[in-house]
Amino acid sequence: MAIQNAVSTDIRTSRQRGGAVGDALFHGLTLLFALLVLLILGGVIASLVEGAWPALAKFGFSFIVTDVWNPVRQQFGAAAAIYGTLVTSAIAMLIAIPVAFGVALFITELSPAWLKRPLAVMIELLAAIPSIIYGIWGLFVLAPFVQAHVEPALIATLGRIPFVGMLFAGPPLGIGVLTAGFILAVMVLPFISAIMRDVFETVPPVLRESAYGLGATTTEVVWRVVLPYTRVGVVGGILLGLGRALGETMAVTFVIGNAHHIHASILQPGTTISAALANEFTEAVGDIYVSSLVAAGLILFAITFIVLVLAKLLLIRLERRGGRAA
Amino acid sequence: MSVYGRRRLMNYAVIGLAFAATAFGLLWLVLVLGTLVYEGAGAMSPALFTEMTPPPGSKGGLLNAIFGSLAMTAIATAIGTPTGILAGTFLAEYARGSRFGEVVRFINDILLSAPSIIVGLFVYEAMVVQMGHFSGWAGAMALAIIMIPVVVRTSEDMLRLVPDALREAAAALGAPKWKVVVTISYRAALQGMLTGVLLAVARISGETAPLLFTSLSNLFWSADLNAPIANLPVVIFNFAMSPYAEWNALAWGGALLITVAILLLNIGARLLTARSTFKT
Repeated sequence: MAIQNAVSTDIRTSRQRGGAVGDALFHGLTLLFALLVLLILGGVIASLVEGAWPALAKFGFSFIVTDVWNPVRQQFGAAAAIYGTLVTSAIAMLIAIPVAFGVALFITELSPAWLKRPLAVMIELLAAIPSIIYGIWGLFVLAPFVQAHVEPALIATLGRIPFVGMLFAGPPLGIGVLTAGFILAVMVLPFISAIMRDVFETVPPVLRESAYGLGATTTEVVWRVVLPYTRVGVVGGILLGLGRALGETMAVTFVIGNAHHIHASILQPGTTISAALANEFTEAVGDIYVSSLVAAGLILFAITFIVLVLAKLLLIRLERRGGRAA
Repeated sequence: MSVYGRRRLMNYAVIGLAFAATAFGLLWLVLVLGTLVYEGAGAMSPALFTEMTPPPGSKGGLLNAIFGSLAMTAIATAIGTPTGILAGTFLAEYARGSRFGEVVRFINDILLSAPSIIVGLFVYEAMVVQMGHFSGWAGAMALAIIMIPVVVRTSEDMLRLVPDALREAAAALGAPKWKVVVTISYRAALQGMLTGVLLAVARISGETAPLLFTSLSNLFWSADLNAPIANLPVVIFNFAMSPYAEWNALAWGGALLITVAILLLNIGARLLTARSTFKT
């Protein structure tokens, strides 16, 4: 009896000890991989800064404000690429935000119940199509169409208005900032509408129903109840879409023309940071050329990082309030 | 006009615009997929799967690119899945409500949306420069780094859906924590985590930008992961930008292949979720 007891206690303690060791090991293992996530971000920043250092040291602040991009004379300034990145994204957001809002409004407020699922699935599939597909489609289908129909019309109408006309000057090339912005809009559209839809659905039905009960129209419910309630989330979603547009590479590279010039006209070719990287990086000769491209990449990372942090902070705020956001 | 009439009119206008926006959005799905199927189907032939990428001006296939893509995706998945799941496990099982967990989650979400071309630059600096040449390994590494945040996010979300009562029941029977996680949480969240992995694979199979300066590409057959290796996205990029009609046709064929693969992965993931048992 005494012996039996001793044996069983002994077994239990050794098993418990085994459990404790296993726990420590497993906890440590998972912690290690969680640290890896931080390490990746740290590695990205460190390697970009290291790679960009020669160019930043040589050109200093002028790297950001000059648009000279001369591989022969080894003179580089990223202003044209930064400008192109911002302008194409601005065009994309200008088109995508209202449309995405309309789509989200349709799915959450107007669509019959049986259509909601299929519509949501279709939008998610649209978001899953890789950007190179949009790029190749933009090059072979959209650019020729824009050149033949859209741009001549723009030049003939808006191009004649003083001041505004500067935006639409020059020959219709099909390839250029406008086409790139438009492709970007098509790309980020499903992304933003999916987030807006999720965010709209966080509105408690009671709020919506009481507004309808008071006789509000759909428009008024959306404008005065849904939007005020979800404002933070909507802005967060838009910023996430903007982050995607800023860093998008393949869809833009095909149709922007890769010209390091700042043009007032959005019909002319330009470049973006990511398009310059995709087009030139493997062919770049000379350390300072490569370093300049990495420096441009660092600037892109800094811009998207700020936008994404803002977006996440806003979405977290919405989540804390009780809703569940993307 | 009466207030009521004006409100009604306004409402109709907004509803009309919402309809138009939805139609506009779906129009692109139809246009892009329509062109893709039309052009891609024209390029489909047995040669696409049996022959190598041709020199300019002659016919050929995409066999080397298909192989390279599959190989790099497989390696990236082999690296990214365990890494992502373990990090996700930490967030869901060990770091609930902890400050450190929140930081990791936040950084992970940033990485999730960071431009993929930046990941390419990182791997270029960290691997290609160190090794002195482009390689399939570098390409696979870049894809793995893109995959990890996706898997971390979905496995954490899925593990959090597992009811705590299950964990408590196992703990009450004397199971140590690691055993609770491995035999209870993992088993309960298996389908969801599998869905996440499928979605992550779908995400990386179309990625082009990070491969441009890591794996580069290769016109010839090569199974050597220590050298530049052909892959579908970069081949599509190079061939579509070229002036040769045969290359353009192959680019469309490759684009259709990738899209079909990605849509199948997405649909597979959706079916898995639909069958998943935990919906609370």
